[in-house]
Amino acid sequence: MICQTAQEFIHPYIDGELDLARSLEVEQHMQECQVCASAYRNQTALRSAFKDSSLYHSAPAKLEERIRSSLRREASTEAGRRAFSWRWLPAGAALAFVLLMAFIIWRTVPGLRPSGDDLLAQEIVSNHVRSLQLESHRADVISTDQHTVKPWFDGKLDFAPPVKDFSGQGFPLIGGRLEYLNNRAVAALIYQRQKHYINLYIWPAEQSNATGEVATKRQGYNLLHWTKSGMNYWAVSDLNGVELHEFARLVQEAQ
Amino acid sequence: MVDGVEYKQEERLQQQNKLASFETAVLPHLDAAYNLARWLTRNDADAEDVVQEAYLRAFRFFGGFHGEDGRAWLLGIVRNTSYTWMQRNRSPELNMPLDDEPHEVKSDDLNPEELLLHKADAQMLRQAVEELPLEFREVLVLRELDEMSYKQIAVVADLPLGTVMSRLARARKRLQQILASHTQTEVLS
Repeated sequence: MICQTAQEFIHPYIDGELDLARSLEVEQHMQECQVCASAYRNQTALRSAFKDSSLYHSAPAKLEERIRSSLRREASTEAGRRAFSWRWLPAGAALAFVLLMAFIIWRTVPGLRPSGDDLLAQEIVSNHVRSLQLESHRADVISTDQHTVKPWFDGKLDFAPPVKDFSGQGFPLIGGRLEYLNNRAVAALIYQRQKHYINLYIWPAEQSNATGEVATKRQGYNLLHWTKSGMNYWAVSDLNGVELHEFARLVQEAQ
Repeated sequence: MVDGVEYKQEERLQQQNKLASFETAVLPHLDAAYNLARWLTRNDADAEDVVQEAYLRAFRFFGGFHGEDGRAWLLGIVRNTSYTWMQRNRSPELNMPLDDEPHEVKSDDLNPEELLLHKADAQMLRQAVEELPLEFREVLVLRELDEMSYKQIAVVADLPLGTVMSRLARARKRLQQILASHTQTEVLS
């Protein structure tokens, strides 16, 4: 072994990192070479100086407690973080279930959702208001004669609405219109009571059984609807409820 | 329906178990951790902060530890935490180039055996080690004070084995130079 190689191997030799064969070679070289032997002595002296010198910095006593408590904090927040999703899972499932049930109830129990009648009443009030905004909108056929108005609908609708004039009772017939309500073409008859107008909408009922009068009020308008002889009737007016009821009775008795 | 509180308790129990096995495996190496951090940062308070931070990091990564060399594993984290800390505090040490011959000292002057016998005391050696560049200091501390094998040092300092060997040789050479220059100064004064 030459000096350069030996110098290279002195450190791993001192550190016990050389295999046996190499160690023997280094030892043999040092017996022959004073330079390398001196370098070796220097290094071992340095090593023992380290051992004797108490250069080791031991941790201060308080550091361990400080670390223990910070680890405990970390462990508990980590537990909270990990548990978070699991903790809310049952609550979330329960909430979703409640919402689903509420939706089903809302859809199936009448009175909790806007009924078909509510929507229709709104549609009818809108139609009534629009019909009165312009005189030309009021009627397509202007006649107090029921025998003029009734045939006018012929061929325009797939049903024959009953048309009666009640001039004798104070509700003269003004005329008739075609309207589109409740997803179908309907007959609209317009009557007058002094300065008030009444729109009477008529179309065939899906169920043949008669239902009594139902009164509602919307935006200051009175509405009455009933089913009779297979027809739906909706009467709407700014007329007071009593007189509108009187009108409705006339219509029902005439049939 | 399963009670959410049970999950929470289960998680807490798991964390307590994790904490217990972590403390058993890693806390005994607190002195080694502090020693390395103290030699790298060269400051008591900084070393304490670094070690505390390193322990928290180690606890978070404990799932990736599979019962190998707990001390080398922890010291690797302590070293990384120290470097991060020094970067954050813009320690000028990090950018110091590793030149082997800063001041030429004749090899005849290098006789630490004599130096240490007559002049050098613990204080002088401590000062000399602190003067070493960071890269030399860390391998020397791990070897001489923690008595780690080259393989363990390679793990801690994230170096190839051959680099550990050559860096350690250079570190010792530099240490001798520093000690020699200190002794010369003392002799002259």
